[in-house]
Amino acid sequence: MSWIVTAVVFWLAMWTLNVRLAKGEQTRFVKILVPTLFGVTLLVLWESFVRGFSISPILLPPPSAIAARFVSSLPTLWEDFVQTFIKGALSGYVIGCSAAFLTAIAVDRSDFLKRGLLPIGNFVAALPIIGMAPILVMWFGFDWQSKSAVVVIMVFFPMLVNTVAGLSAKDAIQTDLMNTYGASYWQSLFKLGLPAAMPFIFNGLKICTTLALIGAIVAEFFGSPIRGMGFRISTEVGRLALDMVWAEITVAALAGSAFYGTMALIEKAVTFWHPSQRN
Amino acid sequence: MTKLWHTAGPVLSILLVLALLWYGAAIALNAAWAKDKASRIDKTLSFSELVADTMSQEKPLLPAPHQVVKEIYETTVLKKITSKRSLVWHSWITLSATLLGFAFGTVLGVLLAVGIVYSRAMDMSVMPWVITSQTIPILAVAPMIIVVLNAVGVSGLLPKAFISMYLSFFPVVVGMVKGLRAPDQMQLDQMRTWSAPKATSFWKLRLPSSMPYLFASLKIGIAASLVGAIVGELPTGAVAGLGARLLAGSYYGQTIQIWSALICAAVLAASLVALIGMIERITLRRMGMVQ
Amino acid sequence: MNETVISAKNLSLTFQTNDGPVHALKDINLDINKGDFVSFIGPSGCGKTTFLRCMADLEAPTGGSITVNGMSAAEARMKRAYGYVFQAAGLYPWRTIGGNIRLPLEIMGYDKAEQAKRVANVLELVELAGFEKKFPWQLSGGMQQRASIARALAFDADILLMDEPFGALDEIVRDHLNEQLLKLWARTEKTIGFVTHSIPEAVFLSTRIVVMSPRPGRIADVIESTLPRDRTLDIRESQEFIDIAHRVREGLRAGHAYD
Repeated sequence: MSWIVTAVVFWLAMWTLNVRLAKGEQTRFVKILVPTLFGVTLLVLWESFVRGFSISPILLPPPSAIAARFVSSLPTLWEDFVQTFIKGALSGYVIGCSAAFLTAIAVDRSDFLKRGLLPIGNFVAALPIIGMAPILVMWFGFDWQSKSAVVVIMVFFPMLVNTVAGLSAKDAIQTDLMNTYGASYWQSLFKLGLPAAMPFIFNGLKICTTLALIGAIVAEFFGSPIRGMGFRISTEVGRLALDMVWAEITVAALAGSAFYGTMALIEKAVTFWHPSQRN
Repeated sequence: MTKLWHTAGPVLSILLVLALLWYGAAIALNAAWAKDKASRIDKTLSFSELVADTMSQEKPLLPAPHQVVKEIYETTVLKKITSKRSLVWHSWITLSATLLGFAFGTVLGVLLAVGIVYSRAMDMSVMPWVITSQTIPILAVAPMIIVVLNAVGVSGLLPKAFISMYLSFFPVVVGMVKGLRAPDQMQLDQMRTWSAPKATSFWKLRLPSSMPYLFASLKIGIAASLVGAIVGELPTGAVAGLGARLLAGSYYGQTIQIWSALICAAVLAASLVALIGMIERITLRRMGMVQ
Repeated sequence: MNETVISAKNLSLTFQTNDGPVHALKDINLDINKGDFVSFIGPSGCGKTTFLRCMADLEAPTGGSITVNGMSAAEARMKRAYGYVFQAAGLYPWRTIGGNIRLPLEIMGYDKAEQAKRVANVLELVELAGFEKKFPWQLSGGMQQRASIARALAFDADILLMDEPFGALDEIVRDHLNEQLLKLWARTEKTIGFVTHSIPEAVFLSTRIVVMSPRPGRIADVIESTLPRDRTLDIRESQEFIDIAHRVREGLRAGHAYD
């Protein structure tokens, strides 16, 4: 009972503090502090409720147990991370995004292809492509190559649609200007088309970071060697070792956020001129 | 007529090219097995025999489109809907979980968005986490949710709906927060000059302004819901649903079955998104936001 | 000084739209001499911008002919015969002011040293020296438009085509830029084609004012200015200025039924 009371009191205290902070001066520090306090509160509530109601660790392990498991299984987690993220997700991400980028540039020259591919691309982007995973596992085998292939087809269409949209984003005056200079196709592309497309391209790249990780993990549910984040999650779930599952999920969350954050940082550097980045 | 061709022509041409590519790939991929079979009975295949064989294998690496169409026809039109081999039945299992989860996710998402827009503390505490959570491969949690809910006695539709809810929830929150904040300062100031209560400016200004954003995120949300329901069917060795068909197909190498389940899922996703698109057009037209 | 630079003969342009053909330009005949400052004025839809775009080969005429420096408009464009200034500054937000002015020079293949020299030179001309490293969105609208003029001056085109370049600016800034433009014209001796819908602006700047009227787009009147080439803003209070402005207004009224 004391756990529950502690949890509720802690929650009320933190909430009051946050409300007070939110009303006060909005410094950089406060803007980071408020969500951090909220996150900590959630963890404390989780820990207390699991202990207070004596919830079986088979259902929901407390954060402390997850942290302990995380630290004690670092080598396994690292091996899984390399298998799934570096080999599967990252390679597929690079191949898929570059292929989509080059296709978009090829398509951009032809209005006919653009009008044909865009609706199809938009359509495919909404499909449950992840379902292709069993087929690709059959074609490319159990190891990371099949995961990479799943990621390639998952990221291809969102990236294609965004890049094509970006290449059409240049405004009429800027295009006319290039004409008055008698610029060649490639000069127009490199000096106007690509820079103007960058905000869209990075939007695509950011969306694809999450898709890549999902593709690589879920593809492992259909068959994998005895390592990898998806493999570990599905087998440890089977053995009801939920603390290990949560540890893998933590790795996935950290990897996903870091991947996304990296792309967002590069975006900030490249598209510093765009109104959304200027503040 | 020329106008119709202008929009449909390029799409149809590309679809035609894709279909041809598919046939080509089917021949190329399935040829090895065909030759293998033939060499075992000491026979050399002529080209037309080879092509015919690649199009009619039972477990081809890549089934030809017409084989998939035939399978879909046999498992939808020719089977009774209640039959366990009917794709309509399997689709319905997946669809019901999708819709239930989507409905919960939308309601929850809209409520949270309203809270975030009206409470500064909530905005500052929750919003960064909502945005971060979009970068996390949430789908990886699916197997655990299914197993845990099963362990506490919740099985069947609900665990899958739970995953669907989870996946559709985030796009709705993000879209609705953007939408409810869409009215510009001038419009909000106008409400103030009339000293309108908060509720009035919500119902008459913020909510109507948010509609285009809501529909955009609903389209993303429903597609995500469907993916959630399908993936939710994978880990339990489920016996029903499109995900179960995919998994069973991959266990037994029944590629035609995998492809027909895939096409079904695609048609389902497209219809759901199209349905929301239609509701969007009707609603926005009634509100006078589009022509 | 009477060398013809731009010459339009029976120039016509018809757009096909869903509501039937629109005669944007019909049978336009006009010669522009070297060193002239010619303004095109008229209500919207009279084809003044379309005419300017025909000179720049941004629009293809459907009838008649137009020559620039004795060549077809397309050849003149490939020879980079003119600089064009649009209604909006159209600066590239990812390039600095200096980078924007360097853009045409890079495309035309000037070497690095020459680029730097020319950028410094034109920035001086439009009084933007010291702003080379700034980004366009860090400058005011008037400064952005000056930068876009600098960009059009950076390469050796002896024609400057300007499409309502000051239309979006407030009147105080516009007066200032008009004066600067006249000084610039005197120093560079370029031929200028200038589209505007402001009568005082047209009269103040031009040696010739071409009054146009719509449906179909045609020339209603061509007025030779009697004002001296060297003028200041004060000239706008003189009787001569008022008389010319009056003639322009009459021309506009005659060509336009206000329907």
